[in-house]
Amino acid sequence: MNAFIELQGLSVSLAGRPILKELSGNFSGRCIGLLGPNGAGKTTLLQTLLGFHTATTGTARVFGLDVRTEIREIRHQIGYMPESDAFIAGMTAIRFVRMMAELSGLPPEAAMERAHETLFYVGLGEARYRKLGTYSLGMKQMAKLAVSIVHGPHMLILDEPTNGLDPPGRQRMLQLVKEIRDTREINVILSSHLLRDVEECCDEVMIMKDGRIVQYCNLEEQRRANRKFLHIETRGDNSPFLEAVEKLGCECAVEAKTSRIKMVMPETVEIRNLYELAETHAIQIRRLDYKRDSLQGIFMEAMENGNGRL
Amino acid sequence: MAVYKQTYKRYDGPVTGSRWRFMILPRYSFQTAFESRGFTAFFVICFVPSLIGLLALYFRSNADILASVGMNFVSAFPIDTRFFLTLFQIQSFLTFVLAMFLGPGLVSPDLTNNALPLYLSRPFSRREYVLGKLLVIVILASCITWMPGLLLFIIQSNLETGWMSGHMRIAAAIFLGSWVWIILVSLLSVAVSAWVKWKPVAAASMFGIFFVTAAFGELTNEMLDLQTKWGILINLSEVMNMIWSYLFDAKTTYRTLPVWSAFLSFAAFCSLALTVLWRKIRACEVVR
Repeated sequence: MNAFIELQGLSVSLAGRPILKELSGNFSGRCIGLLGPNGAGKTTLLQTLLGFHTATTGTARVFGLDVRTEIREIRHQIGYMPESDAFIAGMTAIRFVRMMAELSGLPPEAAMERAHETLFYVGLGEARYRKLGTYSLGMKQMAKLAVSIVHGPHMLILDEPTNGLDPPGRQRMLQLVKEIRDTREINVILSSHLLRDVEECCDEVMIMKDGRIVQYCNLEEQRRANRKFLHIETRGDNSPFLEAVEKLGCECAVEAKTSRIKMVMPETVEIRNLYELAETHAIQIRRLDYKRDSLQGIFMEAMENGNGRL
Repeated sequence: MAVYKQTYKRYDGPVTGSRWRFMILPRYSFQTAFESRGFTAFFVICFVPSLIGLLALYFRSNADILASVGMNFVSAFPIDTRFFLTLFQIQSFLTFVLAMFLGPGLVSPDLTNNALPLYLSRPFSRREYVLGKLLVIVILASCITWMPGLLLFIIQSNLETGWMSGHMRIAAAIFLGSWVWIILVSLLSVAVSAWVKWKPVAAASMFGIFFVTAAFGELTNEMLDLQTKWGILINLSEVMNMIWSYLFDAKTTYRTLPVWSAFLSFAAFCSLALTVLWRKIRACEVVR
């Protein structure tokens, strides 16, 4: 898949402080999760892609367009949902969304049509003639989502979309993000500090720390790889069993204190094969765990070991 | 779109040109402004001086007929520089009130509710945003200042043969004087709206600017005790009076100061307002 974001030694300083430090890499995931502790530079990176900040050195390209020189064309293709509240209290949702669509270049009739459609799509159809100032927090978040997709962008930037939402609201928001992602008509960047949100929606994850990208991985590949890492506890003499599984091509290591076996299975071996060998060698498998290398694990590892280089 | 078909769709239809996109902002602002009956009534009232002026021109051109029915007073007032200057000053005051009504509501709601990132994340620049907001006042103010002013000038020219050639300066003065005032008032009101995020305070501040600059100007004159009262240049009302008097070639008490200094002061106030706007109109604030 072609990279839709290319970072080439991108550095950004704000008020004399370096915030992003020589970020490089090509990013091509359908939905990329942007993770990192507070102050890692997530929002600054997103805002740089939108042209809100100027790169000190290096540059970034979105869909092959340079953010320094072609920002207007880039903005045509981007939908942005900011983290904080962003609306005009005295305006009705339909007028606000329509105005934003027109500012994105849609003719008034098309803008009106898409404003209605989008508000229905995000679940605000019945409330579209109400003033935005009277909306609940959850409704305001949905209105922001409507504003970000009304002009039908090719890339959607969501900055903490589930902020302040109750569990049903959060589920609804994530469901919409997944639906939008699955249309395959749009690339999504989701910045969040909630790992579960990212895990649920994203196929790739970029972890930032101290202004650098410390980890960029494909979550699906990671999950697939983790299915081959096992922790096994057995009862009985496991030496013949170990010999047998090693003959299958598995790599094994035994913990000295607990006799627990750590095993890496090749692609060709299935769990069923291990149970068959255990039966053959008359040992009991008392416990068998996949190595649960969850996003939290990946994140924590990146935070501990991250040297700031991708 | 049918309900069962609801899904995300990319927009691949025609796109409007970007050259006139800033006109979207005045269009929406006019809709909002004229939703208020109070504002609509005020805007109608703004045309009353021009209508009275029109009646005056009519009566003056028919003075002989009116005199025959006993209305002799009509011939007493001439249609000259003074007539147009007085009318212009009334219109200028109404423009100021209009800017006080409209100005604070232009930028402050966007800043209060953090809507600027939504505007500026689109193919829409800060310059276009400011221009669009300024045009709201500029267009409405034009409707009540130089447009009716020039219309009256043309009507008078038609009513009285030969009058136009002797009074061409009035037309230029109406046009230029209006623009100087409109630019100043619109820039100040939008800048104040950006500076003070709370709408009522922004309206009061707009009013206050004229009082504060007047007081500060007088204070400067008193403190420095100079022969030439340079402090007048800080007083916005007096600066405008100097410019208008020069444009209309009317008698003034401020001949001690050169006119260029008034234009310089006007440029300085405009630059200050633009600086405020440039600093405040940003997609995101950088904490220093």
